[in-house]
Amino acid sequence: MKGRWLFLMAWRDSRRNRSRLFLFMASIVCGIAALVAIYSFGYDLKRSVDEQAATLVGADLSVNSGRPVNKTERAFLDSLGMDRSREERFGSMVLFPRTGGTRLVQIRALSGAFPYYGRLETTPASADQSFRKGGRTALVDNALMLQFNARPGDSIKVGEVTFLIAGALNQAPGQTGISSSVAPIVYIPLSYMAETGLSQKGSRIEYAYYYKFPAGTDVEKQVKGIEPRLEKDDLRYETVEMRKENTGRFFGDLTNFLSLVGFIALLLGCIGVASAIHIYIKEKTATIAIMRCLGVTARKAFMIYLIEVVAIGLVGAIIGSALGSGVQVLLPMVLKDFLPFAISTRISGRAVAQGLCLGGVISVVFGLLPLLSIRKIPPLFALRSSYEQQARTGDPLKWLVYALMLLFIGGFAYLQLGRWMPTIFFTLGVIGAFLILAGVARGLMAFVRIIIRPSWSYLLRQGFTNLYRPNNQTVILMVAIGLSTALISILFFTQGILVKQLGLAGSNNQANMILFDIQSSQEKSVDSLTLKEGLPILERVPVITVRINSINGKTAEEAEQDTIAPRATAGAEAPPHSADASPRSADAQSRRPAGADMTPPRAQRRAFNEELRVTYRSVLSTSEKITAGKWTGQAGSAGEPVPVSLEDGYARHIGVHVGDRISFNVQGTDIPAVVGSLRKVEWGRMQTNFRILFPAGVLEDAPQFHVLLTHTPNTEAAVRYQQAVVRRFPNVSIIDLGLILAILDQLLEKINEVIHFMAAFSVVTGFIVLIASVRNSKYQRIQESVLLRTLGAVRRQVFAISALEYLFLGVLAALTGLLLALAGSWLLARYLFKLPFTVDWVSATGLFLVVSLLTMLIGLLNSRGILNKPTLEILRTEV
Amino acid sequence: MSTILELRNLGKTYQSAGKTLSVLQGINFSISAGSTNAIVGPSGSGKTTLLGICAGLDRPTTGEVILKDRSLNHLSEDQLAQVRNQYVGFVFQNFQLMASLTALENVMVPLELRGDRSAKTRSMELLDRVGLRDRYHHYPVQLSGGEQQRVAMARAFSNQPSILFADEPTGNLDAETSDWIVQLLFGLNRELGTTLILVTHNLELAAQTQRIIKVKGGVII
Repeated sequence: MKGRWLFLMAWRDSRRNRSRLFLFMASIVCGIAALVAIYSFGYDLKRSVDEQAATLVGADLSVNSGRPVNKTERAFLDSLGMDRSREERFGSMVLFPRTGGTRLVQIRALSGAFPYYGRLETTPASADQSFRKGGRTALVDNALMLQFNARPGDSIKVGEVTFLIAGALNQAPGQTGISSSVAPIVYIPLSYMAETGLSQKGSRIEYAYYYKFPAGTDVEKQVKGIEPRLEKDDLRYETVEMRKENTGRFFGDLTNFLSLVGFIALLLGCIGVASAIHIYIKEKTATIAIMRCLGVTARKAFMIYLIEVVAIGLVGAIIGSALGSGVQVLLPMVLKDFLPFAISTRISGRAVAQGLCLGGVISVVFGLLPLLSIRKIPPLFALRSSYEQQARTGDPLKWLVYALMLLFIGGFAYLQLGRWMPTIFFTLGVIGAFLILAGVARGLMAFVRIIIRPSWSYLLRQGFTNLYRPNNQTVILMVAIGLSTALISILFFTQGILVKQLGLAGSNNQANMILFDIQSSQEKSVDSLTLKEGLPILERVPVITVRINSINGKTAEEAEQDTIAPRATAGAEAPPHSADASPRSADAQSRRPAGADMTPPRAQRRAFNEELRVTYRSVLSTSEKITAGKWTGQAGSAGEPVPVSLEDGYARHIGVHVGDRISFNVQGTDIPAVVGSLRKVEWGRMQTNFRILFPAGVLEDAPQFHVLLTHTPNTEAAVRYQQAVVRRFPNVSIIDLGLILAILDQLLEKINEVIHFMAAFSVVTGFIVLIASVRNSKYQRIQESVLLRTLGAVRRQVFAISALEYLFLGVLAALTGLLLALAGSWLLARYLFKLPFTVDWVSATGLFLVVSLLTMLIGLLNSRGILNKPTLEILRTEV
Repeated sequence: MSTILELRNLGKTYQSAGKTLSVLQGINFSISAGSTNAIVGPSGSGKTTLLGICAGLDRPTTGEVILKDRSLNHLSEDQLAQVRNQYVGFVFQNFQLMASLTALENVMVPLELRGDRSAKTRSMELLDRVGLRDRYHHYPVQLSGGEQQRVAMARAFSNQPSILFADEPTGNLDAETSDWIVQLLFGLNRELGTTLILVTHNLELAAQTQRIIKVKGGVII
């Protein structure tokens, strides 16, 4: 009976307050919706990865090598699996003879029935079959076909060979919309590879072997058995299970990130809920005092309102979960360009349950603080509403509630991030942001109090002073609106910084076209062609392919067996991908378990097996700075070790220091060297940078290719130049930075769309909190406006006071948010992107005006009912 | 007659704006069961404070309150709540109905707190008694002041209190309605034997009680 009565009283009490309670709910609906949508999407992704991982790999096992395999290795590879395919993959220019269009693409020279799972989707559908029949045919990425207005039946020239386009390639295993833009694929038969003339010494070709095993084979077990052999030959491999794990991990990280963004929306809503419940309880003080008079204990009174709050939270969570389940169908559309497979969406019971649980928990955690005050409401309040409560000692339970809030935020973050340090940073960051916002809000309000002058008009002064009237919600509103403004502003500002950097990258004096794979015999001719086109030669760099024989006298095997080698510095990372490294170091990273650090023996083994691209010069470039040792621009006399300079990150990665000896294999010739210096390299600069730099006087006669950087003034010049180069030098590859920048711009736009989509939940929540707060203070405003009108104020004056109050609120909130956004953008520019901090003041001003005016508009819309009716009618309805 | 309420050397002070205010000092009296009493005094004399302490809504700073042979001084808040539910009824100047509850539900609350299964029936009877048969399901906002006060009285008597405290029960009512309320109050007192303690400015109303306790400057005169 007792428990039932509590629920009964909660129900009764809520009946006349449904619209207010609905607004409480609405504060958390968006946040719950965001999280349920993301959780559901995450489960859809996982299911899709599990179902389609095989089609992502296209085979049971793929083995990759960055170098041609020898006979023994080939024999071993040919012994695996039941069915085999081979592929050679590399970047090269292609030419469309009909239109003259050229582009750097990814060539895949294929033999065999690959893919064994999924298929090459083509238009027309029969093009895949035509291609496999043999003959000089090619499948060309649909994006490329569209770009150059090519059709099936047209020609495409790859190296020295012209192929007939059998059809457009719509989908290949593991391909995404983004990857298609960045590196469109052209399939040619492997049998024509040699004829193209593109397979030369030093070419960066990736050799892939695909295997299908008999049905029922335990591929993982098979691979486990051959793993030592594969690792010994430095052959990278991937099974379907490994792809599931890697892809799952990547998308897991993505959904975790999106969850954290959604969580911000939820926290905003929690602030709104806490504030709304605070006001609600304040207005229920008389009712609670009466209940206490009638014999309701403090605990029962607390329970009645706790039940109300939890019920509201659950209803809000139900609505949020339903909305989230609907919104989840949008996420695949928003992210479609980043997904390598189609996603089927299903309502996830688990995600809905998580949303409901979250709604219940947050309504308790964030409702508890105002609810605790119920215990202190004395029954005497019913007798004397002007009762001045005796000064109370602090409520120790309040600190327990704060601790619960902290635990909740930290716990949620840990569930997404899985590691303590990022969790701590995120939690502190969130709390810090809220505290900073609240602090800035209070500071601005204090400032406003100072600047008000008695000489100002009454309307202006009343509008200002309403901001800090008793029971005002100014700080809460400023935090809610300010945080929404800050989130959106940071996105705008950061995008501006990145886009500006891209713009600078494409500016007049910077190189916007890079030619590489220029052979020594072609160097003069390419220079001459470039100058003939009226283009400057901004940089010409020789590139030599080398390998490491030994480090400090130890070979690869000796280094591997060396168990007493000192560990690498904690957190040492592989250096950024540079012009000199073979592509596979990036792939190798994906095979390592997440978070694992490489120890020197293993890192050094990679160093031995890696093909390195180095250069030689007598001077340092403007992007280099010596951090240890001494730079020597000219080699010493023959017989002395060559003093090389290593990029400091790379040196840390392979565990070498100044003074260590390295023996290099330069195309069959051993060159002893010593680490003479370490360099810090600005990898973000638009120029060639190298991990290893030789001095002049050593490698001039070594087999090498060249890189040339130039600047084309416009698209026509760029197209003309590329056509000329590709026709005369089909082996030379060209990177059109203008195109890359355009693609990066598109990529940034797409990323922004995703983040904007998530941030929208926060923005909507921010405005719901505003509407809820305006509604909550409606009674107070009614009283004030009735009093003013009774004293003789006309409607215009009452309207003006409200308008000014909300305008000031909007202005202060927008200012608070923008200040925070500027600070956040500066931090991101300086420490994350390492770019100059710039502000688009036009966007900032626009945001400021939009937020301020929108706040005023919403406030006035909610107050309009008070102004249009007779005073007494309002009192009768509302009191 | 037995004593239902006794105050022994009662005093009350408050801290307000950093100063100590002595609102009541050296209050001593006892109330007989079933009697009608009025506490009168000018505004600020401490009569409402005295009422609150007598009813167990507040605690004295000094002295002792004994209600139904039980000292209220050392009871916890929950115990005081139980005492109120069992023995005490209230009628307030501002009616103090719960705005979210209907007239019937307002009256039912004290009975429901006791676990009385016939709460609804009894409450309906009481509302009939105060002439609100047709207003069971109306909310306070839908009732006039007089009707609200009648609901408040029905609620006050619903738990058959031993003692009823009324703070200016006719303070917000017109003369005609006030008379009606007063008759109801005294009528229920006679019928149920409930001890009545009124706080009032209205000397005519006070004169209808069996005893007038005059308070001025925090002391009984």
